[in-house]
Amino acid sequence: MKSLKRQEHKFSDSFIQLEVLQAPRPGGENFHRFEDKLDTIGLFPLRPTQLEIFQVNVGKMCNQTCKHCHVDAGPDRKEIMTPETMQQCLDALDGADAAGYPVKTIDLTGGAPEMNPDFRWFVQELHKRGKHVMVRCNLTIILANPKYHDLPQFFKAHGVEVVSSLPHFSARRTDAQRGDGVFEKSIKALQMLNAVGYGQEGSGLQLHLVYNPSGAFLPGSQVSLEKEFKQQLKRQYNIDFNSLFVITNLPISRFLDYLVQSGNYEGYMEKLVNSFNPAAAANVMCRNTISVGWDGQLYDCDFNQMLDLTVAGAPSHIKDFSVEQLSQREIVLNQHCYGCTAGAGSSCGGQTA
Amino acid sequence: MEKTYYNPADLAKFGNIAEFSPDLAKKFFDYYGDVFKEGELSEREKSLIALAVAHAIQCPYCIDAYTTDGLEKGASEGQMMEAIHVAAAIRGGASLVHGVQMMNKVKEITM
Repeated sequence: MKSLKRQEHKFSDSFIQLEVLQAPRPGGENFHRFEDKLDTIGLFPLRPTQLEIFQVNVGKMCNQTCKHCHVDAGPDRKEIMTPETMQQCLDALDGADAAGYPVKTIDLTGGAPEMNPDFRWFVQELHKRGKHVMVRCNLTIILANPKYHDLPQFFKAHGVEVVSSLPHFSARRTDAQRGDGVFEKSIKALQMLNAVGYGQEGSGLQLHLVYNPSGAFLPGSQVSLEKEFKQQLKRQYNIDFNSLFVITNLPISRFLDYLVQSGNYEGYMEKLVNSFNPAAAANVMCRNTISVGWDGQLYDCDFNQMLDLTVAGAPSHIKDFSVEQLSQREIVLNQHCYGCTAGAGSSCGGQTA
Repeated sequence: MEKTYYNPADLAKFGNIAEFSPDLAKKFFDYYGDVFKEGELSEREKSLIALAVAHAIQCPYCIDAYTTDGLEKGASEGQMMEAIHVAAAIRGGASLVHGVQMMNKVKEITM
């Protein structure tokens, strides 16, 4: 499967995606504007709380081409972060430490972040600085090439918290979203991570799984799903993990394409809008996160990054990073934000309400 | 009346039954909500039972609602189909077990 960008698909243009999200419904009415919805509960303009998570997207290159991917990542994407930009990230973090605004958690994502040739150097540098590093590992990368087989040991040596997608404990549901054979490889990779201590009690090595629905429906309760995943993965494959992060699919990029193609767009948006939860809105991740793109641009979250919505009211490149100025900004909102406020809420760390 | 007996949009209007009888509707929906809360059975198990019953009583509203609900609660396709086979086995079994009555009657009135 090719990326939308390689296909020259209309949704590879973020402007067209935003047009779809803001277009009137077939009956002529518009969905309630997200900004207005926040206004009704006194949250507009939406401001940051305290910066806790520095999320870096080190590139769109990936060994998989998942059908729901909001990054439109894949083997044909060549945009990756250079070591110079990584150095700017390190300088920005050092500067924040010196200014008395230390950011403890660094969340590395992609694409498959491990495919960036400078990934290991970057992790080592972050580890040296005492940062807590999370890596969003797609699991199959560990088996994709012999040069990646030692990733579990590398992660362990640097105290990396591993966060991995596994949309379901059934092969059918996982492969439908992530590609044929992905489930089997993911299970093998999880067993390799377990073998070096990940997800094992007392090891201190955290392994979390990410569940997101393989279709146009909302996720259920994180507590119940985690219980079910733990039972099924233990019984069928003897796999242990720490927590399940339950994430809602946002209507952008490939998932937006799926919704439109399958005739589910209207119904899905209606469900997101009708499930708006004020408690989830107060806890959205963009309030404590900053997202850095492969080219060093700054965004309120990874979704805004994919829609090319850079931060507003503060310098928007990592070379000019200022926690103080960023803390004064207004978070950029649009209709896709309903995805983070529906039901029990959604963030890169799971449900929020 | 509509041209068809069933309209998918009516499912979302279930709550409107309160219009003609608010007190009874409130009692029913309160009870309904409590029934599906996690208890000794998980919410997912209850959802699968509801899906099986929906097929036994062949209620299209319930099939629509509890297919989505099962997916949301993490049920697999296999679990959902097994639940429907349970309904089918009970329905089929219910017919077949009456075969004993038929046999009793046959034996009563034949030489």
